[in-house]
Amino acid sequence: MSEHEVTLTVNGESVTRSVEARMLLVHFIREDLSLTGTHIGCDTTSCGACTVLVNGKPVKSCTVFAVQAEGAEVETIESVAAGGVLHPLQEGFWEKHGLQCGYCTPGMIMTAKEFLVRNPNPTEDEIRRGISGNLCRCTGYNKIVEAIQYAAEKLQADAGGE
Amino acid sequence: MPQLDDRTEPHSELADGVSAQVPTTDEVQIKTPENIGGMGHRKKRKEDPRFLQGKGNYVDDVKLPGMLYMDIVRSPYAHAKINKIDASAALEMDGVLAVITGEDLKAAGDLHWMPTLMSDTQMVLPIDKVVYYAQEVCAVIATSRYIAADAIEQVFVDYEPLDAVVDPFEAMKDKVIVRDDKDKKTNHIWHWEAGDKAATDAVFNDATTVVKEKFYIPRIHVSSIETCGMVANYNKVREHMQIYMTSQAPHAHRTVFALVSGIPEHKIQIISPDIGGGFGGKVPVYPGYVICAVASLVTGKPVKWIEDRSENLQADSFARDYHIEAEMAADKEGRITGLRVKTLSDCGAADAAANPSKFPAGLYSICTGSYDMKAAHVEVDGVYTTKPPGGVAYRCSFRVTEAVHMVERMTDIMAHDLGVDPADYRLKNFIRPDQFPYKSPTGWEYDSGNYEAALNKAMDMIDYRGLRKEQAEKRAKGELMGIGISSFTEVVGAGPSKDYDILGIKMFDSAEIRIHPTGKAMARFGTKSQGQGHETTYAQIIAEELGLPADDIEVEEGDTDTAPYGLGTYASRSTPTAPRPTASGPTRAVLPQLRARPPQWPRGRSGPRRRRSPRTC
Ligand code: FES
Ligand code: FES
Repeated sequence: MSEHEVTLTVNGESVTRSVEARMLLVHFIREDLSLTGTHIGCDTTSCGACTVLVNGKPVKSCTVFAVQAEGAEVETIESVAAGGVLHPLQEGFWEKHGLQCGYCTPGMIMTAKEFLVRNPNPTEDEIRRGISGNLCRCTGYNKIVEAIQYAAEKLQADAGGE
Repeated sequence: MPQLDDRTEPHSELADGVSAQVPTTDEVQIKTPENIGGMGHRKKRKEDPRFLQGKGNYVDDVKLPGMLYMDIVRSPYAHAKINKIDASAALEMDGVLAVITGEDLKAAGDLHWMPTLMSDTQMVLPIDKVVYYAQEVCAVIATSRYIAADAIEQVFVDYEPLDAVVDPFEAMKDKVIVRDDKDKKTNHIWHWEAGDKAATDAVFNDATTVVKEKFYIPRIHVSSIETCGMVANYNKVREHMQIYMTSQAPHAHRTVFALVSGIPEHKIQIISPDIGGGFGGKVPVYPGYVICAVASLVTGKPVKWIEDRSENLQADSFARDYHIEAEMAADKEGRITGLRVKTLSDCGAADAAANPSKFPAGLYSICTGSYDMKAAHVEVDGVYTTKPPGGVAYRCSFRVTEAVHMVERMTDIMAHDLGVDPADYRLKNFIRPDQFPYKSPTGWEYDSGNYEAALNKAMDMIDYRGLRKEQAEKRAKGELMGIGISSFTEVVGAGPSKDYDILGIKMFDSAEIRIHPTGKAMARFGTKSQGQGHETTYAQIIAEELGLPADDIEVEEGDTDTAPYGLGTYASRSTPTAPRPTASGPTRAVLPQLRARPPQWPRGRSGPRRRRSPRTC
């Protein structure tokens, strides 16, 4: 199996590693970089537990090779609480009980983070569609939707206040 | 009289994007001040900050130095003879250290079979034949998960397909024998009865109305978002096995591992770290766990096995698969007098339901539900088929779901046939408050209850009569609207030991609270959260009982070396069972002393140093 050198930015830090061509991005993130907040829940690109942002867009990192991320900016859940302060989404999930086992949560938050950039003032229905690529087996989604609504309001208020 | 054609109605559905909200009318009674934060105080969960920031610690996050990886070769047949396993090509691959087969496990001390929690046996790895699709056939140990996955493709197994039997009624004919390892060449595993047959036949003879129905409650899979997995780490010098595993019952699993492997129980440590959902699927001991532990024993290195989703869905524990035939009798006043039930339990290739009761059909005999009746008789037969074994899953498993579904449908059907509103029919037949403690015809004692008040309250909350009116109006216009009602009497807590048992250990749980000199506490339990939020709930219960602030109590579970023995978390048992000992006399006795004389920094010396924030490096 051929080895390739990849250089990418992960959570603001430039990393260079030699990887096998077939190394999945999710394994690269979890195992080579020890960022284990990104999870694996399936082998069919169905669950979204592995969602990270690549150049600002949510990507299921189980279905992308590490070499495809050459030169990209990758953001994982570990970067979301900037300077140790919880992001409004993290706050929302905590406040509204948007998680139980927490396994789907990082993927949900990454998906929601980009979604709220695209749609800062979403309806409940739009939120449900926005996270339809992420599965949660514990909560039944209602509380996740409320968490995202909470974050949307908070982000709007913060933006208005500036 | 409302139209009650509930049998043919489609389920009512919420409109797209609308969430159901039911207001509660109860006032929450709060007995502790805000700073104590006992029960009823609104608290954000203590466990959430780590999950929200990607700092949880699930089994696949565990990385030990020199760790190897295991992958499993699985059967492409539901039933087949194994003529030969040729692993030579796999063994020649760079990075492949070993291929473990059934023969190897046999040579290692008959480890190719293991006991199930139901006192049956189950193959760990087969020697002669496979008995379900995706059954574990052999395992490859390699230096990376990619190499292990490549190598399982290089193991060649010569199978001779045999007829499969996936229908339990067919299986009962014994044309295809699933378990020819057994002395008795039959697929019939057990027959079990509860209640009084003669008394039940008598009430049916005297009945004015009898209704009958057949139900199939199909196989379901829990599909927790995290699959199962393990990191086994055997230390040859210490003769000690350390195991990280997705376990809902770490202590019970330690006992099972001791029994299966022969490693003394005090030399086994099971750590169940954060778990990505369990729902019953992380109660059974799967062959993969045992093979992984053996792999570490053999190689002397840590070995990781993480199941993928396909394996999880194909071969892990299922639940339900009950074929039920039920009859309900009523007298001329329409009062329920009896219930007669015959059930076929499709167990798959082993009876591995991991149910904690002393009965092979779990708690199924709770099936008279919330209704008072003179007699009941329940018969269940367990049958082997060429399907994966199991039987445990969420929503009041151990066969309560099956029981409740059956009795509630029978009650609906009876109400329908008698032309009575199903809610009124339930109110008429409920066990009355003055009948408690109530002995059910199948032998359960119900300590207390007021089912009538509960249903009336629920009906008021949803304006039941108003809904029936709305339904009648809609139906008059040709529009369909359904209203479903179900009441639910369950045995929760998985205790007391009179009726509950697993492996002869009985059912109980334990708590250990250490109160530190500064009044902060560490509380450890034999249960194991999989998302239920024990770290918060238990802290609040302890706060309520002992008057310590909930924020000052650290709750820990899952490490068998530090937590006291317990039977784990399933069957809605943890919160009613585990934190109760926290209110024990000795703990209460210690606290006032601590409060009266809190430790002081000695005078004349400088006070404790301020905590500095750790330096980043
Ligand atoms: S692990 Fe990537 S979608 Fe499920
Ligand atoms: S919180 Fe468990 S899967 Fe979503």
